[in-house]
Amino acid sequence: MELFSPDSGLVIWMFVSFGILFIILAKFAWPAIMKGMTERANFIDKGVEYAQEAKTQLDGAREEAKGIIEEARRQQADILRDADKMKTHIVEEARVAAQNEASKVMDQAKESIMQAQKEAEKNLRNEVSEFALEIAQKVVRNQLSDENSQKQLVETLMSDMEK
Amino acid sequence: MHRQLYKYIVVLVACLFAPVFAVYGSEPTSEAHTGEAEKPLDVKEILFDHLGDGYGWEVPFNHHKRIPLPIIVKGSDGKIHVFSSGRVTGGKEYVDGGLTFRLGKNDGNYRNKLVEVDESGNEIRVADFSVTKNVCAIFITMLIIMALCFRLKNWYKHNGYKVPRRGLGAFEALIEFVYNGVIRSTLKEKSDKFAPYLLTVFMFIFVLNIMGLIVVFPGGANVTGNVAVTLVLAIFTFFFTNFFGTKHYWKEIFWPDVPLWLKFPIPIMQVIEFFGMFTKPAALTVRLFANMMGGHMIVLVLTLLIFIFASFGPLVIGATSVVSIAFSVFMLLVDVLVSFIQAYVFTMLSTIFIALAQEGGHGEKHEKKEDGMGGAKEAAPVSTL
Repeated sequence: MELFSPDSGLVIWMFVSFGILFIILAKFAWPAIMKGMTERANFIDKGVEYAQEAKTQLDGAREEAKGIIEEARRQQADILRDADKMKTHIVEEARVAAQNEASKVMDQAKESIMQAQKEAEKNLRNEVSEFALEIAQKVVRNQLSDENSQKQLVETLMSDMEK
Repeated sequence: MHRQLYKYIVVLVACLFAPVFAVYGSEPTSEAHTGEAEKPLDVKEILFDHLGDGYGWEVPFNHHKRIPLPIIVKGSDGKIHVFSSGRVTGGKEYVDGGLTFRLGKNDGNYRNKLVEVDESGNEIRVADFSVTKNVCAIFITMLIIMALCFRLKNWYKHNGYKVPRRGLGAFEALIEFVYNGVIRSTLKEKSDKFAPYLLTVFMFIFVLNIMGLIVVFPGGANVTGNVAVTLVLAIFTFFFTNFFGTKHYWKEIFWPDVPLWLKFPIPIMQVIEFFGMFTKPAALTVRLFANMMGGHMIVLVLTLLIFIFASFGPLVIGATSVVSIAFSVFMLLVDVLVSFIQAYVFTMLSTIFIALAQEGGHGEKHEKKEDGMGGAKEAAPVSTL
Protein backbone atom coordinates (compact mmCIF):
# COMPACT_ATOMS: atom_id res chain seq x y z
CA MET A 1 0.00 0.00 0.00
CA GLU A 2 1.11 3.46 -0.81
CA LEU A 3 0.57 4.69 2.73
CA PHE A 4 3.04 2.27 4.24
CA SER A 5 5.92 2.71 1.83
CA PRO A 6 7.96 5.84 2.42
CA ASP A 7 8.28 8.10 -0.60
CA SER A 8 11.95 8.76 -1.32
CA GLY A 9 11.36 12.37 -2.40
CA LEU A 10 9.50 13.16 0.77
CA VAL A 11 12.16 11.41 2.86
CA ILE A 12 14.88 13.56 1.31
CA TRP A 13 12.95 16.80 1.66
CA MET A 14 12.01 15.91 5.21
CA PHE A 15 15.60 15.07 6.07
CA VAL A 16 16.90 18.31 4.60
CA SER A 17 14.17 20.52 6.05
CA PHE A 18 14.28 19.02 9.49
CA GLY A 19 18.06 19.14 9.48
CA ILE A 20 18.05 22.82 8.54
CA LEU A 21 15.37 23.60 11.09
CA PHE A 22 17.28 21.74 13.78
CA ILE A 23 20.60 23.41 12.97
CA ILE A 24 19.13 26.92 12.85
CA LEU A 25 17.14 26.49 16.04
CA ALA A 26 19.91 24.68 17.88
CA LYS A 27 22.39 27.38 16.95
CA PHE A 28 20.35 30.54 17.33
CA ALA A 29 17.14 29.94 19.22
CA TRP A 30 17.07 27.12 21.75
CA PRO A 31 20.17 28.04 23.77
CA ALA A 32 18.91 31.61 24.13
CA ILE A 33 15.40 30.47 25.03
CA MET A 34 16.62 27.91 27.53
CA LYS A 35 19.01 30.43 29.01
CA GLY A 36 16.24 33.01 29.27
CA MET A 37 13.89 30.55 30.89
CA THR A 38 16.46 29.19 33.32
CA GLU A 39 17.70 32.63 34.25
CA ARG A 40 14.21 33.86 34.88
CA ALA A 41 13.43 30.78 36.95
CA ASN A 42 16.58 31.41 38.99
CA PHE A 43 15.65 35.06 39.34
CA ILE A 44 12.19 34.15 40.57
CA ASP A 45 13.66 31.57 42.95
CA LYS A 46 16.02 34.17 44.30
CA GLY A 47 13.16 36.63 44.68
CA VAL A 48 11.13 34.07 46.59
CA GLU A 49 14.10 33.28 48.80
CA TYR A 50 14.65 36.96 49.42
CA ALA A 51 11.00 37.49 50.25
CA GLN A 52 11.08 34.55 52.65
CA GLU A 53 14.15 35.91 54.32
CA ALA A 54 12.58 39.33 54.57
CA LYS A 55 9.51 37.77 56.07
CA THR A 56 11.49 35.88 58.66
CA GLN A 57 13.39 39.04 59.43
CA LEU A 58 10.18 40.99 59.69
CA ASP A 59 8.71 38.33 61.94
CA GLY A 60 11.84 38.52 64.09
CA ALA A 61 11.62 42.29 64.23
CA ARG A 62 7.96 42.07 65.17
CA GLU A 63 8.81 39.60 67.90
CA GLU A 64 11.57 41.88 69.10
CA ALA A 65 9.29 44.88 69.09
CA LYS A 66 6.74 42.93 71.03
CA GLY A 67 9.43 42.01 73.55
CA ILE A 68 10.49 45.61 73.85
CA ILE A 69 6.94 46.78 74.38
CA GLU A 70 6.42 44.06 76.96
CA GLU A 71 9.59 45.11 78.74
CA ALA A 72 8.58 48.77 78.65
CA ARG A 73 5.19 47.91 80.04
CA ARG A 74 6.78 45.95 82.84
CA GLN A 75 9.13 48.80 83.60
CA GLN A 76 6.25 51.20 83.56
CA ALA A 77 4.36 49.03 86.00
CA ASP A 78 7.46 48.80 88.20
CA ILE A 79 7.92 52.54 88.13
CA LEU A 80 4.30 53.12 88.93
CA ARG A 81 4.47 50.70 91.81
CA ASP A 82 7.63 52.34 93.10
CA ALA A 83 6.06 55.75 92.81
CA ASP A 84 3.02 54.58 94.71
CA LYS A 85 5.17 53.12 97.40
CA MET A 86 7.18 56.30 97.63
CA LYS A 87 4.04 58.36 97.78
CA THR A 88 2.62 56.43 100.69
CA HIS A 89 5.98 56.50 102.32
CA ILE A 90 6.24 60.28 101.97
CA VAL A 91 2.73 60.81 103.15
CA GLU A 92 3.40 58.61 106.15
CA GLU A 93 6.57 60.45 106.91
CA ALA A 94 4.87 63.77 106.57
CA ARG A 95 2.12 62.67 108.85
CA VAL A 96 4.55 61.46 111.44
CA ALA A 97 6.47 64.70 111.16
CA ALA A 98 3.31 66.74 111.45
CA GLN A 99 2.21 64.72 114.43
CA ASN A 100 5.50 65.25 116.09
CA GLU A 101 5.39 68.91 115.38
CA ALA A 102 1.83 69.14 116.56
CA SER A 103 2.55 67.30 119.78
CA LYS A 104 5.57 69.51 120.33
CA VAL A 105 3.51 72.59 119.80
CA MET A 106 0.82 71.25 122.07
CA ASP A 107 3.35 70.45 124.77
CA GLN A 108 4.74 73.90 124.54
CA ALA A 109 1.25 75.33 124.68
CA LYS A 110 0.44 73.17 127.67
CA GLU A 111 3.59 74.27 129.37
CA SER A 112 2.97 77.89 128.71
CA ILE A 113 -0.62 77.50 129.80
CA MET A 114 0.54 75.85 133.00
CA GLN A 115 3.08 78.57 133.54
CA ALA A 116 0.47 81.18 132.89
CA GLN A 117 -1.78 79.37 135.28
CA LYS A 118 0.91 79.22 137.86
CA GLU A 119 1.67 82.85 137.37
CA ALA A 120 -1.99 83.68 137.52
CA GLU A 121 -2.30 81.59 140.66
CA LYS A 122 0.70 83.37 142.12
CA ASN A 123 -0.67 86.72 141.19
CA LEU A 124 -4.03 85.77 142.54
CA ARG A 125 -2.41 84.62 145.73
CA ASN A 126 -0.43 87.75 145.97
CA GLU A 127 -3.47 89.84 145.37
CA VAL A 128 -5.57 87.71 147.63
CA SER A 129 -2.91 87.97 150.30
CA GLU A 130 -2.64 91.68 149.73
CA PHE A 131 -6.39 91.95 149.95
CA ALA A 132 -6.37 89.79 152.96
CA LEU A 133 -3.66 91.83 154.51
CA GLU A 134 -5.50 95.01 153.72
CA ILE A 135 -8.69 93.52 155.06
CA ALA A 136 -6.76 92.23 158.01
CA GLN A 137 -5.17 95.59 158.54
CA LYS A 138 -8.50 97.19 158.41
CA VAL A 139 -10.01 94.62 160.68
CA VAL A 140 -7.05 94.73 162.99
CA ARG A 141 -7.11 98.49 163.02
CA ASN A 142 -10.73 98.44 163.93
CA GLN A 143 -10.32 95.80 166.58
CA LEU A 144 -7.12 97.10 168.04
CA SER A 145 -8.41 100.49 168.73
CA ASP A 146 -8.60 99.70 172.45
CA GLU A 147 -6.04 98.26 174.67
CA ASN A 148 -7.93 95.28 175.80
CA SER A 149 -8.53 93.89 172.54
CA GLN A 150 -4.85 94.34 171.69
CA LYS A 151 -3.82 92.35 174.71
CA GLN A 152 -6.41 89.74 174.00
CA LEU A 153 -5.13 89.34 170.50
CA VAL A 154 -1.57 89.07 171.57
CA GLU A 155 -2.62 86.45 173.97
CA THR A 156 -4.57 84.58 171.37
CA LEU A 157 -1.62 84.72 169.02
CA MET A 158 0.72 83.69 171.78
CA SER A 159 -1.52 80.81 172.62
CA ASP A 160 -1.66 79.80 169.02
CA MET A 161 2.06 79.86 168.88
CA GLU A 162 2.26 77.84 172.03
CA LYS A 163 0.13 75.16 170.59
CA MET B 1 -27.96 27.04 32.36
CA HIS B 2 -30.82 24.52 32.12
CA ARG B 3 -32.78 26.73 29.79
CA GLN B 4 -29.80 26.88 27.46
CA LEU B 5 -29.48 23.12 27.56
CA TYR B 6 -33.14 22.76 26.58
CA LYS B 7 -32.56 25.13 23.71
CA TYR B 8 -29.73 22.95 22.42
CA ILE B 9 -31.82 19.83 22.73
CA VAL B 10 -34.69 21.46 20.82
CA VAL B 11 -32.30 22.52 18.05
CA LEU B 12 -30.85 19.03 17.85
CA VAL B 13 -34.28 17.39 17.66
CA ALA B 14 -35.33 19.91 15.01
CA CYS B 15 -32.26 18.99 13.01
CA LEU B 16 -33.16 15.32 13.22
CA PHE B 17 -36.68 15.97 12.00
CA ALA B 18 -35.78 18.52 9.37
CA PRO B 19 -35.26 15.87 6.67
CA VAL B 20 -38.84 14.63 7.20
CA PHE B 21 -40.09 18.02 6.00
CA ALA B 22 -37.44 18.08 3.33
CA VAL B 23 -38.89 14.86 1.91
CA TYR B 24 -42.22 16.58 1.21
CA GLY B 25 -40.61 19.74 -0.03
CA SER B 26 -38.19 18.18 -2.46
CA GLU B 27 -40.11 15.29 -3.92
CA PRO B 28 -39.74 16.22 -7.61
CA THR B 29 -36.07 17.15 -7.47
CA SER B 30 -35.08 14.03 -5.62
CA GLU B 31 -36.77 11.98 -8.29
CA ALA B 32 -34.84 13.85 -10.92
CA HIS B 33 -31.64 13.08 -9.04
CA THR B 34 -32.22 9.36 -8.88
CA GLY B 35 -32.74 9.40 -12.63
CA GLU B 36 -29.11 10.23 -13.21
CA ALA B 37 -26.70 7.37 -13.36
CA GLU B 38 -24.18 8.34 -10.71
CA LYS B 39 -20.71 6.92 -10.42
CA PRO B 40 -20.56 4.69 -7.36
CA LEU B 41 -18.76 6.20 -4.44
CA ASP B 42 -15.21 4.93 -4.16
CA VAL B 43 -14.61 5.33 -0.45
CA LYS B 44 -11.13 3.90 -0.55
CA GLU B 45 -9.97 6.25 -3.27
CA ILE B 46 -11.30 9.32 -1.49
CA LEU B 47 -9.77 8.20 1.77
CA PHE B 48 -6.35 7.54 0.35
CA ASP B 49 -6.35 10.71 -1.72
CA HIS B 50 -6.95 12.73 1.41
CA LEU B 51 -4.55 10.80 3.61
CA GLY B 52 -1.77 10.63 1.07
CA ASP B 53 0.53 13.15 -0.44
CA GLY B 54 -0.38 15.18 -3.52
CA TYR B 55 1.13 17.42 -6.15
CA GLY B 56 -1.29 20.28 -5.54
CA TRP B 57 -3.03 21.68 -2.53
CA GLU B 58 -6.80 21.35 -2.42
CA VAL B 59 -8.93 24.47 -2.10
CA PRO B 60 -12.29 24.40 -0.35
CA PHE B 61 -15.53 23.92 -2.37
CA ASN B 62 -13.74 22.97 -5.57
CA HIS B 63 -12.74 19.51 -6.66
CA HIS B 64 -10.75 20.43 -9.74
CA LYS B 65 -8.74 23.52 -8.89
CA ARG B 66 -5.69 23.02 -6.77
CA ILE B 67 -2.97 25.35 -5.61
CA PRO B 68 -0.11 24.40 -7.98
CA LEU B 69 3.18 23.35 -6.45
CA PRO B 70 6.51 22.87 -8.20
CA ILE B 71 7.30 19.43 -9.55
CA ILE B 72 10.97 18.53 -9.64
CA VAL B 73 11.88 15.24 -11.29
CA LYS B 74 14.92 13.60 -12.76
CA GLY B 75 13.84 12.20 -16.08
CA SER B 76 15.20 9.19 -17.92
CA ASP B 77 17.51 11.54 -19.83
CA GLY B 78 19.33 12.30 -16.58
CA LYS B 79 18.22 15.94 -16.53
CA ILE B 80 16.24 17.68 -13.84
CA HIS B 81 12.82 18.85 -15.02
CA VAL B 82 10.98 21.55 -13.09
CA PHE B 83 7.41 22.55 -13.89
CA SER B 84 4.18 23.46 -12.17
CA SER B 85 1.87 20.75 -10.97
CA GLY B 86 -0.98 22.61 -12.65
CA ARG B 87 0.28 21.25 -15.97
CA VAL B 88 -0.37 17.61 -15.11
CA THR B 89 -3.50 17.70 -12.95
CA GLY B 90 -6.73 16.39 -14.35
CA GLY B 91 -5.05 13.67 -16.42
CA LYS B 92 -3.18 16.12 -18.68
CA GLU B 93 0.16 15.21 -20.16
CA TYR B 94 3.09 17.61 -20.16
CA VAL B 95 6.03 17.48 -22.52
CA ASP B 96 9.24 18.92 -21.18
CA GLY B 97 12.51 18.56 -23.06
CA GLY B 98 11.25 15.71 -25.18
CA LEU B 99 9.94 13.71 -22.26
CA THR B 100 6.24 13.22 -21.56
CA PHE B 101 5.07 13.40 -17.96
CA ARG B 102 1.69 12.70 -16.45
CA LEU B 103 0.14 11.47 -13.23
CA GLY B 104 -0.17 7.70 -13.04
CA LYS B 105 -3.50 6.28 -14.17
CA ASN B 106 -5.83 4.72 -11.66
CA ASP B 107 -5.28 1.20 -12.90
CA GLY B 108 -1.48 1.43 -13.08
CA ASN B 109 1.14 0.72 -10.46
CA TYR B 110 1.83 4.38 -9.80
CA ARG B 111 -1.61 5.79 -9.21
CA ASN B 112 -1.47 9.58 -8.95
CA LYS B 113 2.32 9.58 -8.85
CA LEU B 114 4.26 11.49 -11.43
CA VAL B 115 5.40 9.14 -14.19
CA GLU B 116 7.23 9.41 -17.45
CA VAL B 117 5.51 7.88 -20.44
CA ASP B 118 7.71 6.14 -22.99
CA GLU B 119 6.93 5.57 -26.66
CA SER B 120 4.98 2.39 -26.08
CA GLY B 121 2.80 4.10 -23.46
CA ASN B 122 4.35 2.41 -20.43
CA GLU B 123 4.49 4.34 -17.19
CA ILE B 124 7.97 4.69 -15.71
CA ARG B 125 8.37 6.05 -12.21
CA VAL B 126 10.97 8.81 -12.16
CA ALA B 127 13.17 10.05 -9.34
CA ASP B 128 10.76 12.49 -7.79
CA PHE B 129 11.93 15.42 -5.66
CA SER B 130 8.77 17.46 -6.06
CA VAL B 131 7.68 19.99 -3.51
CA THR B 132 4.50 18.14 -2.77
CA LYS B 133 1.72 19.13 -0.42
CA ASN B 134 3.51 17.48 2.50
CA VAL B 135 6.84 19.10 1.68
CA CYS B 136 5.11 22.45 1.40
CA ALA B 137 3.41 21.83 4.75
CA ILE B 138 6.81 21.04 6.26
CA PHE B 139 8.17 24.35 4.93
CA ILE B 140 5.23 26.27 6.35
CA THR B 141 5.70 24.53 9.70
CA MET B 142 9.40 25.38 9.67
CA LEU B 143 8.56 29.03 9.12
CA ILE B 144 5.95 29.02 11.89
CA ILE B 145 8.31 27.39 14.39
CA MET B 146 11.19 29.68 13.48
CA ALA B 147 8.97 32.76 13.74
CA LEU B 148 7.75 31.68 17.17
CA CYS B 149 11.20 30.76 18.44
CA PHE B 150 12.86 33.94 17.28
CA ARG B 151 10.04 36.06 18.64
CA LEU B 152 10.50 34.38 22.00
CA LYS B 153 14.23 34.90 21.81
CA ASN B 154 13.73 38.59 21.05
CA TRP B 155 11.30 38.84 23.89
CA TYR B 156 14.00 37.70 26.31
CA LYS B 157 16.43 40.12 24.76
CA HIS B 158 14.15 43.15 25.09
CA ASN B 159 12.01 42.40 28.11
CA GLY B 160 14.48 40.83 30.48
CA TYR B 161 12.79 38.73 33.10
CA LYS B 162 9.23 39.68 32.19
CA VAL B 163 6.89 36.82 31.37
CA PRO B 164 5.43 36.84 27.85
CA ARG B 165 1.64 36.89 27.65
CA ARG B 166 -0.99 35.45 25.35
CA GLY B 167 0.24 33.46 22.34
CA LEU B 168 3.91 33.77 23.07
CA GLY B 169 3.20 32.91 26.70
CA ALA B 170 1.41 29.75 25.62
CA PHE B 171 4.33 28.86 23.37
CA GLU B 172 6.75 29.39 26.20
CA ALA B 173 4.61 27.34 28.56
CA LEU B 174 4.71 24.52 26.03
CA ILE B 175 8.48 24.71 25.78
CA GLU B 176 8.85 24.89 29.50
CA PHE B 177 6.55 21.90 29.95
CA VAL B 178 8.69 19.78 27.66
CA TYR B 179 12.02 21.17 28.80
CA ASN B 180 11.45 20.89 32.53
CA GLY B 181 8.89 18.11 32.59
CA VAL B 182 10.49 15.70 30.17
CA ILE B 183 14.03 16.61 29.24
CA ARG B 184 15.42 17.99 32.48
CA SER B 185 13.78 15.38 34.67
CA THR B 186 15.14 12.51 32.57
CA LEU B 187 18.51 13.66 31.24
CA LYS B 188 19.50 15.73 34.30
CA GLU B 189 22.82 17.53 33.76
CA LYS B 190 23.18 16.24 30.18
CA SER B 191 19.95 17.87 29.13
CA ASP B 192 21.51 20.95 27.55
CA LYS B 193 23.30 18.77 25.02
CA PHE B 194 20.15 17.08 23.75
CA ALA B 195 17.44 19.61 24.55
CA PRO B 196 17.75 21.49 21.22
CA TYR B 197 17.03 18.34 19.26
CA LEU B 198 14.24 17.16 21.51
CA LEU B 199 12.56 20.55 21.61
CA THR B 200 12.79 20.84 17.84
CA VAL B 201 11.22 17.42 17.45
CA PHE B 202 8.43 18.28 19.84
CA MET B 203 7.59 21.60 18.25
CA PHE B 204 7.86 20.14 14.76
CA ILE B 205 5.49 17.26 15.45
CA PHE B 206 3.11 19.36 17.49
CA VAL B 207 2.78 22.17 14.94
CA LEU B 208 2.44 19.70 12.07
CA ASN B 209 -0.22 17.74 13.95
CA ILE B 210 -2.24 20.85 14.71
CA MET B 211 -1.80 22.19 11.17
CA GLY B 212 -3.06 18.85 9.90
CA LEU B 213 -6.33 19.39 11.71
CA ILE B 214 -6.99 22.74 10.03
CA VAL B 215 -8.99 21.82 6.98
CA VAL B 216 -8.12 24.67 4.60
CA PHE B 217 -4.97 25.80 2.87
CA PRO B 218 -2.09 26.28 5.24
CA GLY B 219 -3.23 23.14 7.01
CA GLY B 220 -4.92 19.92 6.16
CA ALA B 221 -1.86 17.98 5.08
CA ASN B 222 -1.52 14.62 6.75
CA VAL B 223 2.23 14.98 7.26
CA THR B 224 2.85 13.27 10.59
CA GLY B 225 0.53 10.52 9.38
CA ASN B 226 2.97 9.82 6.60
CA VAL B 227 5.45 7.08 7.26
CA ALA B 228 8.28 8.88 5.45
CA VAL B 229 8.16 11.80 7.85
CA THR B 230 8.00 9.75 11.01
CA LEU B 231 10.74 7.52 9.67
CA VAL B 232 13.09 10.46 9.25
CA LEU B 233 12.28 11.71 12.73
CA ALA B 234 12.96 8.27 14.15
CA ILE B 235 16.24 8.11 12.22
CA PHE B 236 17.28 11.38 13.85
CA THR B 237 16.50 9.94 17.26
CA PHE B 238 18.39 6.78 16.36
CA PHE B 239 21.36 8.89 15.37
CA PHE B 240 21.30 10.91 18.58
CA THR B 241 20.90 7.77 20.65
CA ASN B 242 23.76 5.82 19.15
CA PHE B 243 26.19 8.50 18.09
CA PHE B 244 26.39 9.94 21.60
CA GLY B 245 26.06 6.55 23.30
CA THR B 246 28.53 5.94 26.11
CA LYS B 247 31.00 3.11 26.37
CA HIS B 248 28.72 1.48 28.89
CA TYR B 249 25.83 1.57 26.41
CA TRP B 250 27.84 -0.27 23.78
CA LYS B 251 29.13 -2.75 26.32
CA GLU B 252 25.54 -3.49 27.33
CA ILE B 253 24.79 -4.33 23.72
CA PHE B 254 27.83 -6.44 22.85
CA TRP B 255 28.82 -7.89 26.23
CA PRO B 256 25.88 -7.49 28.63
CA ASP B 257 25.93 -8.51 32.29
CA VAL B 258 24.29 -11.89 31.89
CA PRO B 259 25.40 -15.48 32.51
CA LEU B 260 28.11 -16.47 30.08
CA TRP B 261 26.13 -19.19 28.29
CA LEU B 262 23.65 -16.52 27.15
CA LYS B 263 26.30 -14.64 25.25
CA PHE B 264 29.31 -16.77 24.48
CA PRO B 265 29.03 -19.68 22.11
CA ILE B 266 25.75 -18.46 20.64
CA PRO B 267 25.37 -14.66 20.96
CA ILE B 268 21.68 -14.68 22.00
CA MET B 269 21.78 -11.52 24.05
CA GLN B 270 23.84 -9.66 21.48
CA VAL B 271 21.31 -10.42 18.78
CA ILE B 272 18.44 -9.33 21.01
CA GLU B 273 20.17 -6.15 22.06
CA PHE B 274 21.24 -5.38 18.52
CA PHE B 275 17.70 -5.72 17.25
CA GLY B 276 16.58 -3.63 20.19
CA MET B 277 18.61 -0.76 18.75
CA PHE B 278 16.38 -0.80 15.69
CA THR B 279 13.05 -1.72 17.21
CA LYS B 280 13.08 1.45 19.26
CA PRO B 281 13.06 3.86 16.30
CA ALA B 282 10.73 1.51 14.46
CA ALA B 283 8.28 1.74 17.34
CA LEU B 284 8.58 5.54 17.23
CA THR B 285 7.93 5.58 13.50
CA VAL B 286 4.87 3.39 13.59
CA ARG B 287 3.36 4.87 16.73
CA LEU B 288 3.27 8.44 15.48
CA PHE B 289 2.36 7.52 11.93
CA ALA B 290 -0.46 5.17 12.89
CA ASN B 291 -1.94 7.45 15.53
CA MET B 292 -2.06 10.50 13.32
CA MET B 293 -3.27 8.64 10.26
CA GLY B 294 -5.91 6.91 12.36
CA GLY B 295 -7.21 10.21 13.66
CA HIS B 296 -7.48 11.66 10.16
CA MET B 297 -9.06 8.49 8.86
CA ILE B 298 -11.78 8.39 11.49
CA VAL B 299 -12.82 11.97 10.75
CA LEU B 300 -12.80 11.27 7.02
CA VAL B 301 -14.82 8.09 7.38
CA LEU B 302 -17.35 9.81 9.59
CA THR B 303 -17.77 12.52 6.98
CA LEU B 304 -17.95 9.95 4.19
CA LEU B 305 -20.74 8.13 6.02
CA ILE B 306 -23.06 10.92 4.86
CA PHE B 307 -22.27 10.12 1.23
CA ILE B 308 -22.32 6.38 1.76
CA PHE B 309 -25.85 6.60 3.13
CA ALA B 310 -26.90 9.09 0.47
CA SER B 311 -28.57 6.37 -1.60
CA PHE B 312 -31.06 5.67 1.18
CA GLY B 313 -32.86 8.95 0.62
CA PRO B 314 -33.05 12.40 2.16
CA LEU B 315 -34.30 11.26 5.56
CA VAL B 316 -31.29 9.05 6.14
CA ILE B 317 -28.92 11.71 4.76
CA GLY B 318 -30.26 14.25 7.23
CA ALA B 319 -30.02 11.96 10.20
CA THR B 320 -26.54 10.73 9.24
CA SER B 321 -25.36 14.27 8.63
CA VAL B 322 -26.27 15.37 12.11
CA VAL B 323 -24.78 12.31 13.75
CA SER B 324 -21.67 12.29 11.53
CA ILE B 325 -20.94 15.95 12.01
CA ALA B 326 -21.44 15.69 15.75
CA PHE B 327 -19.05 12.74 15.86
CA SER B 328 -16.51 14.37 13.55
CA VAL B 329 -16.43 17.47 15.70
CA PHE B 330 -15.93 15.28 18.72
CA MET B 331 -13.19 13.32 16.99
CA LEU B 332 -11.47 16.49 15.86
CA LEU B 333 -11.47 17.73 19.44
CA VAL B 334 -10.01 14.40 20.54
CA ASP B 335 -7.45 14.78 17.75
CA VAL B 336 -6.36 18.11 19.17
CA LEU B 337 -5.60 16.26 22.37
CA VAL B 338 -3.94 13.41 20.45
CA SER B 339 -1.83 15.92 18.51
CA PHE B 340 -0.34 17.13 21.74
CA ILE B 341 -0.06 13.70 23.32
CA GLN B 342 1.68 12.16 20.30
CA ALA B 343 4.20 14.99 20.10
CA TYR B 344 4.74 14.60 23.82
CA VAL B 345 5.09 10.82 23.64
CA PHE B 346 7.53 10.97 20.73
CA THR B 347 9.66 13.48 22.59
CA MET B 348 9.45 11.56 25.84
CA LEU B 349 10.39 8.23 24.27
CA SER B 350 13.26 9.86 22.36
CA THR B 351 14.43 11.38 25.64
CA ILE B 352 14.27 8.02 27.36
CA PHE B 353 16.14 6.25 24.56
CA ILE B 354 18.83 8.90 24.60
CA ALA B 355 18.99 8.78 28.39
CA LEU B 356 19.39 5.00 28.34
CA ALA B 357 22.35 5.40 26.00
CA GLN B 358 23.84 7.99 28.35
CA GLU B 359 24.17 5.68 31.33
CA GLY B 360 27.52 5.71 33.00
CA GLY B 361 28.89 2.99 35.25
CA HIS B 362 27.06 0.51 37.43
CA GLY B 363 26.29 2.99 40.17
CA GLU B 364 23.60 4.93 38.40
CA LYS B 365 22.55 2.17 36.02
CA HIS B 366 19.76 0.67 38.04
CA GLU B 367 17.97 3.80 39.06
CA LYS B 368 18.09 5.16 35.52
CA LYS B 369 16.82 1.96 34.03
CA GLU B 370 13.88 2.07 36.40
CA ASP B 371 13.30 5.64 35.38
CA GLY B 372 13.14 4.65 31.75
CA MET B 373 10.86 1.72 32.35
CA GLY B 374 8.49 3.86 34.40
CA GLY B 375 8.33 6.37 31.61
CA ALA B 376 7.68 3.70 29.02
CA LYS B 377 4.90 2.21 31.10
CA GLU B 378 3.35 5.60 31.49
CA ALA B 379 3.48 6.09 27.77
CA ALA B 380 1.92 2.78 26.94
CA PRO B 381 -1.75 3.61 27.64
CA VAL B 382 -1.33 6.99 25.99
CA SER B 383 0.04 5.54 22.80
CA THR B 384 -2.97 3.30 22.35
CA LEU B 385 -4.95 6.41 21.53
